[in-house]
Amino acid sequence: MAERVFVEQNFETVEPSQLISKVGDFKADGCRLGQICGVVLDDETYEIVYSFDKGHQLYNLRVDIKIGEELESITGIYWPAFIYENEIHDLFGVQFNHSALDYQGKFFKISEETPWKPKK
Amino acid sequence: MSAYVTKSPWVVHYDGSSCNGCDIEVLACLTPMYDVERFGIINCGNPKHADVFLVTGSVNEQNKGIVKQIYEQMPEPKVVVAVGICACSGGIFKDCYNVLGGVDQVIPVDAYVPGCAARPEAIIDAVVKGLGVLQAKRDAMLEQKPAEEAPAEEAVEETAEAVEEVKEEGGEE
Amino acid sequence: MGKRTIIPFGPQHPVLPEPIHLDLVLEDETVVEAIPSIGYIHRGLEKLCEIKDFNQMVYVIERICGICSFGHGWGAVASMEGAMGVQAPERAEYLRTILHELGRVHSHLLWLGLLADGFGFESLFNHCWRIRETVLDLFEKNTGGRVIFSICKVGGMRKDISNENLKEMKEVLEGLKAEIKEITDVFINDASVQNRMVGVGVLTKEEAEELCAVGPVARASGVPQDIRMTDNHGVYGKLGFEPVLEEAGDCMARTVVRIREVFQSIDLISAAIDQIPDGPVDMKVPNKIEGEYITRMEQPRGEAFYYAKGAGTKFLKRMRVRTPTNMNIPAMVKTLAGADLADVPMLVLTIDPCISCTER
Repeated sequence: MAERVFVEQNFETVEPSQLISKVGDFKADGCRLGQICGVVLDDETYEIVYSFDKGHQLYNLRVDIKIGEELESITGIYWPAFIYENEIHDLFGVQFNHSALDYQGKFFKISEETPWKPKK
Repeated sequence: MSAYVTKSPWVVHYDGSSCNGCDIEVLACLTPMYDVERFGIINCGNPKHADVFLVTGSVNEQNKGIVKQIYEQMPEPKVVVAVGICACSGGIFKDCYNVLGGVDQVIPVDAYVPGCAARPEAIIDAVVKGLGVLQAKRDAMLEQKPAEEAPAEEAVEETAEAVEEVKEEGGEE
Repeated sequence: MGKRTIIPFGPQHPVLPEPIHLDLVLEDETVVEAIPSIGYIHRGLEKLCEIKDFNQMVYVIERICGICSFGHGWGAVASMEGAMGVQAPERAEYLRTILHELGRVHSHLLWLGLLADGFGFESLFNHCWRIRETVLDLFEKNTGGRVIFSICKVGGMRKDISNENLKEMKEVLEGLKAEIKEITDVFINDASVQNRMVGVGVLTKEEAEELCAVGPVARASGVPQDIRMTDNHGVYGKLGFEPVLEEAGDCMARTVVRIREVFQSIDLISAAIDQIPDGPVDMKVPNKIEGEYITRMEQPRGEAFYYAKGAGTKFLKRMRVRTPTNMNIPAMVKTLAGADLADVPMLVLTIDPCISCTER
């Protein structure tokens, strides 16, 4: 039976190039993908937070990227990530490469293109 | 036969971009506590069977075509009821980037129900108010074309257009 | 090989109270692939939160979804309290737990009704919703609202619920158990219901883990995952909570999990009402939010995420909400492949999709 836990706020910052191997480690460890979240830090930087859950404990990876930079898709490791990657693509304009299920910007049909992207 | 349309109006419901609150209140109207079925009101899934169109939530870029399409598929006379403040004006979500505003931006609305979420009593009131409009529209229709019904070809054309529209919609995706 | 056809399902469909669209690729009567497309209800709610301060924000967040509105309000509030480093008074935590569990009773009864409607058992639908009205009356009496409550705030609750009202709530709910049992027995024992649900849409434990399913969908496949097992919020640790598990992973198991959770929630509410301490329900909080905090909440549909990142003012840099249906869509798509066309409504309904949650 599962045990009660107190969830700590674990945040670890990684380079975009390390992302795939780090996420692979979580998968090998038996973690479940919790969510992927995009944050606009300032006019030039996005922060993407990946959360993983194992036995109710939470582990978060933080990746900072410059606007216009591209990221590797993690759908090869966690297929359900397609929902978040397409969402972040449509709302923030971040390009994810080698996605297993790419909606090509048609996931959210919105009146304004990439509404979260900072206006220059 | 259609003289009795206001005695047993059928409703079709579409959720524009509401939070669900108004949708479950629309459904609550149909269930034993409020029980609008005693007035002959039935919720049907097919717009072509419906006399009253209940819209909850505001319209946006993606669903405005669908709202319009459901409205056009309904036979005349028909009544539109905007349920909840979002359907009336956009409500709390008015400032959101993906909200165009009330349903009346896209189709003509006959009755507005305020509230967040709209209470079942208010929804029933609005539908009953809408029935008055439905009767008036029917009377106006009968006056315009006495005895002769609309020519059959027109109806066929309308259907063909609707089919075309469906095809176009499908083709985009 | 049969002929391939594509059938569009939704966005306006009789079994769906909310719009979701699926392109069902069929080979004869069998679904080969289902391609979901969402975005019909996307409002841009998280962006709206940027221009609302943390007190106003709760009103917006509650309106993510009118079914689990209390839980959403609590989740956002808990993440902001976490970022501020404050802890709401104990009585407020008890009241939040009670209202959240009451919300689960209302949500599961609503869902059972929709399911009955989905397989064409109209009278069962009406009975479920009749009982649900009693729960809504309790909500209305104690919070003032039927579906949207706005009673949770940063630092506690907007108003207290008197001990007499709580006692009455317990009596009403305990009395309701027999009535609920009467209708849920129909779901479990009726042959026509069994025909529609037993062995349909099986999701194995491995698949549920692989597809990161959450909530009742995961628990129906035997994955012991329930955020009420964490001690960051609420008083579940003091109520002797254990997650409800089923093994079969089919539509019936998903239904049974929810049925058992209705009774479990009533028990949790009764236990909480027995223990609730007297005291204040509100406290003074700082006027600015710094730092960041992630809270998770077990909503009726599963685990929800709330990520608050402060900007050192009354406003937040980011308020992110990830709702349970988001995480269950992959599981739904997986179970749809290989299903009969006639079973599609059942499979879509048994993940209990909440689209206005998903798209915000």
